[in-house]
Amino acid sequence: MNSLTTYLLIAAMLFTIGLFGVLRRRSLIAMLISIELMLNAASINFLAFTKFVSPDPATGQIYVLLIMGVAAAEVAIALAIIISLYRWLRTIDIERADRLRG
Amino acid sequence: MADLYQKLVMLLGDDLTVLILGIVLTLGFIQFNSLFLIWLERKVAGHMQLRLGPMEVGPHGIIQTIADGIKLVGKQLITPRYVDKWLFMLAPVIVLMPVPLAFLVLPVHPGVVVLDMNVGILLIFGFSTLNVLTILMAGWGSHNKYSLLGAIRAVAQNIAYESPLLVTVITAVLWARSLNMSAIVDAQDKIWFVFTPWGALAFLIFLISATAETNRAPFDLPEAESELVAGFHTEYSGMRFAMFFLAEYTNMFIVSAVGVTLFLGGWRGPILPGFIWFLLKSYVLVFMFLWFRWTFPRVRFDQLLGFAWKVLLPIALVNLVVTGGAIKLIDLIR
Amino acid sequence: MKNFAFNVFVIITLIPSFWVALSSNIVHAAFSLFFTFFGVAGLYVLLGADFLGVLQVLVYISGILVLIIFGVMMTQRAQMEHISTRLPGRFAGAVLSVLVFGGFMVAVYKTAWPKLTELPEPVPTTSEIGNLLLGKYLIPFEVASVLLLAVLVGAALIVRQSVRKE
Repeated sequence: MNSLTTYLLIAAMLFTIGLFGVLRRRSLIAMLISIELMLNAASINFLAFTKFVSPDPATGQIYVLLIMGVAAAEVAIALAIIISLYRWLRTIDIERADRLRG
Repeated sequence: MADLYQKLVMLLGDDLTVLILGIVLTLGFIQFNSLFLIWLERKVAGHMQLRLGPMEVGPHGIIQTIADGIKLVGKQLITPRYVDKWLFMLAPVIVLMPVPLAFLVLPVHPGVVVLDMNVGILLIFGFSTLNVLTILMAGWGSHNKYSLLGAIRAVAQNIAYESPLLVTVITAVLWARSLNMSAIVDAQDKIWFVFTPWGALAFLIFLISATAETNRAPFDLPEAESELVAGFHTEYSGMRFAMFFLAEYTNMFIVSAVGVTLFLGGWRGPILPGFIWFLLKSYVLVFMFLWFRWTFPRVRFDQLLGFAWKVLLPIALVNLVVTGGAIKLIDLIR
Repeated sequence: MKNFAFNVFVIITLIPSFWVALSSNIVHAAFSLFFTFFGVAGLYVLLGADFLGVLQVLVYISGILVLIIFGVMMTQRAQMEHISTRLPGRFAGAVLSVLVFGGFMVAVYKTAWPKLTELPEPVPTTSEIGNLLLGKYLIPFEVASVLLLAVLVGAALIVRQSVRKE
């Protein structure tokens, strides 16, 4: 049951749901949320490979650690941009954010 | 008792038995602790204001809280019309979820710890910060401006004070060279961390940040009665309100117990058995929180945030560097 | 026991994640993420990475998630305002997702994964992670910290500029 392919399957499902969310949403924050799902799916894959394929248990965990750092940075900067955009347009709908100059 | 324990081990295996017993004991202790602390707070408040506090039910009002608890259970659960039903109902459930988990990794007696995890201290802080999320859930779900304002204040405050708190925890972890709670206690067998100069400073910062993290006065802006009615739990009644209350008092104890483990040598102490020392030290810290509440006036919100970012965090970071240097120096001398 | 825990974690990872992608109430979507992150943390622990599991709770739930919900609250004028999810290419999005999932399935089941003859017992990897971060992977570690610092300054700058112009 708990084999490599099971974990890969779960990660693939999580990634696909996230992808669908990104494609479907129009609100920037909702898209950001879906991107987080995709990042988590990638992390699960890293750890699954570390456990089942690589003999060295810690290397894959370093990658996941770095993904966490990058995810935190991404959310912080994205939210700054979104809030800045919201102050200009009073909306966070991407279809209304179609002007290059405010 | 021993016979029952044997049967359980036969049925479930060693680890699971310890875990289940630990959880049951923890849940029992949480109830007892909150009953005791609520009574203690009212008593302390009373005596500090030259009153007597509750005196009617039982000797010195000792079972007053039980009477209040029964009253709360009997009350109708009111769900206002425009609340977000899911969030409103989930918040009081989730607020109690992380609380028993934190107890499992606390070493309460020599060799007695339910889950001897190698990342115990991180587990406690990981789960105790879930508190912020439940406050947001309650505040947003209530559809009430006071609740929302309280929740937003709580989040800003918790994020601000989490940073110096975690830096001081890292200082203690650096000194003990382990994230395992038992190992941290073991590392203080010669000298408690609080008796080193950097340890004392770290403990002071820890105490201030912990007061803010548990939303206690003088940092109780998320539920400031005179401004926000009751903050994020304005709309809650009956048992749901009791859940928040229970979580608040248990969190107070957890923070004190963590402070005792990190800085005050955990269960170490002469003559008396370990767990008595552990409880004694923890309740002394809890008493200090009560003391703060009835002594200091509430601070203003900009003072609160400015203090965390401009004063506490820089001092904590410098202290961390100094501690690192001191450890290196001590190693060199040896 | 382990199988049971695995099933529970998979359920609390995947079912709320549908809410994340589909719920028309963005606040519910954000709070559903809480369960998903929690389930993923559980899966990490089952994969022998207890340090990362706890860190997932600490960083994702009490850091990233709180930040996101804060963002939702600041950009949502009325509480009952729902996001519109009607995109003209909604159908195309669904098709594309299914195609990508199919691609993953082919990759997962057609690849001959190298099998370890003996699965290593899960050992605490915390100290090894520390050694690797300050040894072999020092440069990525430092670059990540520089990135975080740059983000800290950048985020403050972006928000501050838009306040000043207002």
